[in-house]
Amino acid sequence: MRNLQLHPCGNFRETYRQELTIFETDFGRLATLVGLILLFAFVPFVSSAYILYIINTIGIFAIAAIGLNLLIGYTGQISLGHGAFFGVGAYSAAILATKVGVPFVIAVPAGGVITALVGMVFGIPSVRLKHLYLCIATLAGQIILDYVFVQWESLTGGAAGISIPTASLFGLDLGSDRIFFFVIFVCFAVMTWMAVNLIRTRYGRAFIAIRDNDQAAEGMGIPIFLYKLLSFAISSFYAGFAGALYAYYMMSITPEPFSLWLSIEYIAMIIIGGLGSIPGAVFGTVFIVVLNEVLSIATEFLMNVGVTGMGITIAPLREFTYGLAIVLFIIFEPKGLAEVWRIVRSSFRLWPFSY
Amino acid sequence: MEDNILLKINNISVVYSDVIQILKAVSLDIPEGQIVSLLGSNGAGKTTTLKAVSGILKPENGKVTEGTINYEGHNIQNSSPERVTRLGIIQVMEGRQPFKYLTVEENLRVGTATRWGKPYKKDLEMVYHYFAPLVYRKHSLAGYCSGGELQMLVMGRALMAQPRLLLLDEPSLGLAPMLVKEIFEIVKRINKEQRTTLMLVEQNANMALQIANFGYVMENGKIVLEGDAKDLRENPDVKEFYLGVAATGAIKTYKDVKSYKRRKRWL
Amino acid sequence: MEFFFQILINGLSIGFLYALTALGFVMIFKSSSVLNFAHGGLMAIGAFLFLVLSVWARLPIWLAFILTLAGSFSLGFIIERFFLRPLIGEALIEVIMLTLGLFIMFRGLLLFIFGGDIYSYPDFLPPALTFHWGPIEVAGVYVATFIIGLIFLGLFGFFFKYSSQGIYMRSVADNQPAAMALGVHVRRVFALSWAIAALVCAMSGIVLGIINGINVHEVSDLGIKVFPVVILGGLDSIGGAILGGIIIGLLETFTGGYISSGLREVVPYIVLIIILLIKPYGLFGLVEIERV
Ligand SMILES: Nc1ncnc2c1ncn2[C@@H]1O[C@H](COP(=O)(O)OP(=O)(O)OP(=O)(O)O)[C@@H](O)[C@H]1O
Ligand SMILES: [Mg+2]
Repeated sequence: MRNLQLHPCGNFRETYRQELTIFETDFGRLATLVGLILLFAFVPFVSSAYILYIINTIGIFAIAAIGLNLLIGYTGQISLGHGAFFGVGAYSAAILATKVGVPFVIAVPAGGVITALVGMVFGIPSVRLKHLYLCIATLAGQIILDYVFVQWESLTGGAAGISIPTASLFGLDLGSDRIFFFVIFVCFAVMTWMAVNLIRTRYGRAFIAIRDNDQAAEGMGIPIFLYKLLSFAISSFYAGFAGALYAYYMMSITPEPFSLWLSIEYIAMIIIGGLGSIPGAVFGTVFIVVLNEVLSIATEFLMNVGVTGMGITIAPLREFTYGLAIVLFIIFEPKGLAEVWRIVRSSFRLWPFSY
Repeated sequence: MEDNILLKINNISVVYSDVIQILKAVSLDIPEGQIVSLLGSNGAGKTTTLKAVSGILKPENGKVTEGTINYEGHNIQNSSPERVTRLGIIQVMEGRQPFKYLTVEENLRVGTATRWGKPYKKDLEMVYHYFAPLVYRKHSLAGYCSGGELQMLVMGRALMAQPRLLLLDEPSLGLAPMLVKEIFEIVKRINKEQRTTLMLVEQNANMALQIANFGYVMENGKIVLEGDAKDLRENPDVKEFYLGVAATGAIKTYKDVKSYKRRKRWL
Repeated sequence: MEFFFQILINGLSIGFLYALTALGFVMIFKSSSVLNFAHGGLMAIGAFLFLVLSVWARLPIWLAFILTLAGSFSLGFIIERFFLRPLIGEALIEVIMLTLGLFIMFRGLLLFIFGGDIYSYPDFLPPALTFHWGPIEVAGVYVATFIIGLIFLGLFGFFFKYSSQGIYMRSVADNQPAAMALGVHVRRVFALSWAIAALVCAMSGIVLGIINGINVHEVSDLGIKVFPVVILGGLDSIGGAILGGIIIGLLETFTGGYISSGLREVVPYIVLIIILLIKPYGLFGLVEIERV
């Protein structure tokens, strides 16, 4: 039997296999397992309806954020259209469910696949471009898709949107938040696992090579056009999948949430969480969703207290705080919460001998 | 040396990216009003030495880790290029870096950055006087000039700053022999007439040693030989490696040309 | 025919406004390669500063105008100094996100103070500006936009072509290491370009306010529309920015007038995608000079 690995205090990797391991230590593996068990066994039963709603939202957004981090953090392609792709997934699932009568199990992955295709359509012009131009192309994609959501009324229901029938899985009604929790987090766990493993394959390594230096990557024989497109497709798939879940969870969708603002939120999530880190994407999602909630509670509270008697609303302060958080993170902790987490963890691990 | 030393490089070491050491304890003196030439093979560290003086190591993630560079009582190692240029040291970079989308005259005007707001008409005339061909290209984009015109342009641009110490990096690169001769004559004239001190990095050792007062030879980041330009020209090693004349005068066999063995001797 | 001319005139004036806006954008991009998403925020700040000074503080218009420009100029300086400079050399996405973060901050702040209402400036344009030509009437605001646009484009052209600072700024954009070796103060150039860009933003914010009245949402949205304009013209070309602005302005008003007003808002972005597909570096982007 090999030795249990508990506390590495340096880099002892000797083989490439070791370099590829997901969990550095058996402790980490155990912690993840325990965490998952706690998540599924406890969280849905002890949380209030409101907390559960927040947690579910986090689960859905985290899936999309992981997708975006695969694109931006690992492949180095900036996208400002992730919010719209999320919307494409939501609309695809909603349209499939209402117009075609496709069941939940198929509609959600189908939403992901359709979004992946749409993502590729916008990806084709984009992958020819670099940096700034790319980011502007995706911005245009965002705005055009936004327009389509509103204007293609026969399909999307225009500004009024679409209501979606309750999801059901093999006859089981998924209407309640508590049951939907399991759906979301099983999907979340699977998608995370896929993302973590994707990075360890040749595809993942090719993505990283392209991010670090695409010309060198091309020189080493990586077909960068195909890989960039693939990265777009995968990231859109994640967004679409999450969007489809979102549509079912919300039970009705309008074009409103899928605006440029949502794309910005997604980018904020992965920047604040940590570019090029899967746990980072999750941390960032938690941070942004919780920040949003805290700010809206604060706004409500202040309104009730009557601070806003002078005809001024305090709601925009939420926007302000949000921008401030982004700016502060970029200036002071550009590696994001993932780095903060690493530092905290290692200072605990090494405590009390911190050197 | 009883001359007034303008620039004194004292035992400097330069490291790029915190790990790659390029210069190892290099010392150089540049007396005021003279031309000092720095010779050496490709990759010896000549350009790095110039950059260490002019302060443009930093954007390339390089640093002077040891030693001092003293210019008229100021310690300028690791200073910003803004400070160094304002003290009167201007570097003409290797490989001619014109501002391609600016016209020739606009390029020259950038040279006045160190003394912004002061009149520059006289200097323009002076530059056109030394580099006559530039007059005809005044209003055309620098990106479309020939290599020779560009060399004149970048040197003229540096002159616009009224430097006291001009660092010239390989002015003869890729120029026709006639033009090389002309450029070197101009360099000599500038040194005489403007009293500009010059540090000249060259591959064309023959030319460089003809106009220089003093020379240093650099190998692998170290100074391996120094002396009056006259003496260097007579030095058998220099003759063989840089001037292309075998010490014995006999036709070299291929075996003799495997010179790195002898080169080792210097290290 | 009358309708056509009316639309033409509207399109040209809006185009001039876009051109003016794009100018500030291109300036920052040219000198420091930063894609400024805070553009709309800066415009809105300028427009509201002018509102506060002229309407609330009741300063004379010319004084309010000058103070607004001066304030925006300083704001640009401050942004560069405290937010952008720490990021010199960092990854592009971080710089982009920073400007996005700034944009959100500015917008939130303005919404907090002014809410989402529409304000308008006092009517200070002389009535004589209204221009009649046969059956066509050009409103005074459009004429004013035209005139202000022309004056400022002229001033900037002059600044970049003839003044020393303008030439230094162009040299940094052209070849930064070479400019550095000649003693051009590169960080000062960055700061100056942000300051000038903020000033231009304020200008275009004010002009927009004169035409449409000001509203936080509307002004800051216009900051995003600058992207199609600059891409059309080539990110690094000032002349291109002007032409791009005029083309987009015409395109918008003609689409709005003849096809549908809904399409009007997206047509610039559709064009943008097409342009990126066929000529990725813009219609008027600098032709790369490859020799040397
Ligand atoms: N930014 C850098 N980072 C790491 N190494 C560098 C850097 N710049 C230069 N070097 C290395 O430093 C060494 C000396 O370079 P330098 O340019 O000073 O040589 P040189 O003597 O001017 O050669 P040449 O005659 O070819 O111009 C080279 O081996 C080069 O690879
Ligand atoms: Mg060199």
